[in-house]
Amino acid sequence: MSKCLERLYNGIVKENPTLVLMLGMCPTLAVTTSATNGLGMGLTTTVVLALSNMIISMLRKVIPDKIRIPAFIVIIASFVTMMQLLLQAYIPDLYKSLGIYIPLIVVNCIILGRAEAYAYKNPVLPSLFDGIGMGLGFTIALTIIGMLREFIGGCSFFGMELGWFTPVAIFKMAPGAFFVLALLCAIQNKIKIAGAKKGKDVSKIQSGCSNDCMNCTLECDHKKYDDIEITQEDIESTAKINAKAIEKELERVGKEAEK
Amino acid sequence: MIQVKDLLVILISSSLVSNVVLSQFLGLCPFLGVSKKIDTAAGMGGAVIFVITLSSAVTGCIYHYLLVPLNMEYMQTIVFILVIAALVQFVEMFLKKYVDSLYKALGVYLPLITTNCAVLGVALTNVQKEYGILAGTVNGFATALGFTIAIIILAGIREKTQYNDFPESVKGMPMVLITAGLMAIAFCGFAGLN
Repeated sequence: MSKCLERLYNGIVKENPTLVLMLGMCPTLAVTTSATNGLGMGLTTTVVLALSNMIISMLRKVIPDKIRIPAFIVIIASFVTMMQLLLQAYIPDLYKSLGIYIPLIVVNCIILGRAEAYAYKNPVLPSLFDGIGMGLGFTIALTIIGMLREFIGGCSFFGMELGWFTPVAIFKMAPGAFFVLALLCAIQNKIKIAGAKKGKDVSKIQSGCSNDCMNCTLECDHKKYDDIEITQEDIESTAKINAKAIEKELERVGKEAEK
Repeated sequence: MIQVKDLLVILISSSLVSNVVLSQFLGLCPFLGVSKKIDTAAGMGGAVIFVITLSSAVTGCIYHYLLVPLNMEYMQTIVFILVIAALVQFVEMFLKKYVDSLYKALGVYLPLITTNCAVLGVALTNVQKEYGILAGTVNGFATALGFTIAIIILAGIREKTQYNDFPESVKGMPMVLITAGLMAIAFCGFAGLN
C-alpha cells in the first residue's frame, strides 16, 4: 500500500506533469479559459490515464515489444472515445466547451509517456495509482491556471462574478495563456537556480521528458527510437540540404525573372 | 459543389485568422522545441505541410467512404490516429526508397510528427465543420501553412534575441513563451479579415 501512496505523491508533487515536468502543454493552454473547464479536462484525463495504465499493465506480458506503441494508442483511444460519449450524454455543457480537445486527449504525451515509462513495466495496482496520481497532478495544475486566468481575465471565481475590478480580457484570450505559462516557467527557473546553488538535484524540473521519445522534440542526449537514431548532426545536415535547395530555387527564380 | 471562393475563405481563415498554434494551441511541442534556428524551423514546417495535407486527404476519404456508410462515425478518433500513424510510417519508408532528396530534407522530422496533436486536430476539425474531401484537404494545407508561418517567425525572433541580456530566470523558455504571446496578440489583428 505504501507503494501506491508513494505513486500518488510522486504524481501530484514530485513529478507533477504540468508544474514540474512541463508536459501536455497543448490542453493546458487551450482549455484553461476558466477554472471549471480546467477541472473538467483534468478529471477526464485522469479517468483515461488511470484506466489505460491499468489495462496496459494487465496486458504487459501479452503485448509484443515491437508493436507496443500502436497497441497503447488503441487502448488509450478506446477509453477516450468512451469518455467522449459519456460526457456528450451526461455533461453536454462541458462537452461543448471542451470541444475538439476531448478526442485530442489521445495524443496527450503524459498518457503515452506513463504507459511507456511505468505501466508497461510494473504491476497493476501501482500502475493504477500512478495514473491517478499523475492525473490528479494534471487536474490540480489545470484548475490553478484556470482560476488565475478566470480571475484576471474575467474577475470571476468558478463562474461567480466578483466585480472587484475591470477585467483584463486578454488573459482569457489566446495571448494570456502564453503569458501565464511564461510566468509559471519563470518561477520554475527561479526555483531551479536556487536549488542548483544549494546543490539539490533539479534535473527533473522543466525537463519535459515524458520518456516518450517517439513524439518528443526536445533536445536531449538520450533519444531512443525503435530503429531510427536522430542526432544533432542529422538535423544540421538536413538544414544544410534545405538551405542549398532554397538557394537553387532562388537562383532559378532569379534567372526566370531575368528572362 | 464547393466554390473557389469558399476554398479561399478556408485558406485565409485557417492559416491566419485562427492560426493553429497561436489561437488553437495545437502542435505546441514542435513549435517551442524546434524553433531555435530558421533552417530547422523551415524543415519542420515543410514536413508538417506535407504530412497534414496528405493525412487530411486520406482521413477525409476514409470518413466519407468508409465510416459514414457503415454508421461508425463514433470510431473516428481511433481510426484517424491509427491511419495517421501508419501513413507517416509508410510515407517515410516510401520516401526513403524512392524520393531520396525529399527524404533527406524531411526525413528526420517525420517520426517527430507521427502523433503530433495538430495532425489529428485537423482531421477532427474537418469532420466537425462538415468539410468535404476537397475542402478538408485545403483546410489541412492552410492549417499547416499557418503553423509554418508561425514557427518561422518565432525562429527568426529567437535567433535575434538569443544573446540578449534577460534576467536569469526569464532566459530560455519563459522568453520564448512571452514572444509567442506577443505574436498571438499580433495574430489577433487578423480577426478583422472575417
